Amino acid sequence: MEASQIIFILSAILILSSAVLVTTSKNLVHAALWLISTLFGVAILYVLLDAGFLAVVQVVVYIGAIAIMFIFAVMLTRRELLDTSEQINKSWPMAAGVAALLMVALGALLAKWDGLFKLPAPMAEGVDPIQSLGIALTSPDLFVLPFEVASVLLLAALLGAVYVAMDKK
Amino acid sequence: MIPLAWYLYLSAALFSIGVFGVLARRNAIAILLGIELMLNAVNVNLVAFWRYGDPTVMSGQVFAVIVFAVAAAEVAVGLSLVYSIYRRRRTVIADELDLMKW
Repeated sequence: MEASQIIFILSAILILSSAVLVTTSKNLVHAALWLISTLFGVAILYVLLDAGFLAVVQVVVYIGAIAIMFIFAVMLTRRELLDTSEQINKSWPMAAGVAALLMVALGALLAKWDGLFKLPAPMAEGVDPIQSLGIALTSPDLFVLPFEVASVLLLAALLGAVYVAMDKK
Repeated sequence: MIPLAWYLYLSAALFSIGVFGVLARRNAIAILLGIELMLNAVNVNLVAFWRYGDPTVMSGQVFAVIVFAVAAAEVAVGLSLVYSIYRRRRTVIADELDLMKW
C-alpha cells in the first residue's frame, strides 16, 4: 500500500463518518461542526487529485464562509436548537430505503463501466494546473463567459438574500 | 496510485448520505446541510474525472469552481429564506410549514 492510498482511506473514513453524523446528530450546531470535518476531508481529496487551488478554495469558501453561515443561522433560530424533540421525521425508513437504493444503483452502474480501475496519468512536466485554471477562467476562447455569469449570480444572490432577510417594518 | 473507482464509490456514498439527510431531517437548516453534502459529492466526481481524464483540459476544475459559486448563492438565499420564515412563523420544522399546501 502506498502512502497516498493510506491517506485516501483515512480521509474517506473521516468524510463518511462525519457525513453520517451531519445527518443524524440531534444538536444542529454539532451537525454544522461535523459538516466542517466532512468538507476538510474533501479538501484532502482535492490535494490528492493535484487540484491545490480547489483545496484552498474549499477551506476558504466552504469552511470559512458557508459552514460559519450555517452556524449563524442555527443561532438565529435558537428556539429550535433548544428543542429536544425528534430531529428525524416519521418516514425516515423510507428515506433510508431511497438512499440505499440510490447507492446500490450507482454502484451497479459503475461496476458495468470498464474504465473503472483506470490509474491517473502522471502530470505533464512544466504545466502548472493553477496557471492553466487561471488562463481557462479568463480566456475568451474558454470559460470567461460562465465565470462572469457566476459573478452576476453571486451578486443577485447577495441582493436577494439581503432583501428576503430584511425586516421591512 | 489510487484507482478512479475509489473516488467514484466514495462520492456515490457521500451523495446517498446527503439524499438521506434531505429526505429524513425535519429541520430546514439540516435539509440544507444535506444539500451541501450532495454538492460536495458532485465536486469530488468532477475533479476526479478531470485528473483521470486529460489534466491539460481544465473544464472539470472550472465546472467545480462554478459549483462552488452556485453553492454559496444557494446557501445565502436558502438560509435567509429559513430566517425569514422563522421570523414570521416561529418555526423551522419543515413539516409545520404547510402554508401553501391547503
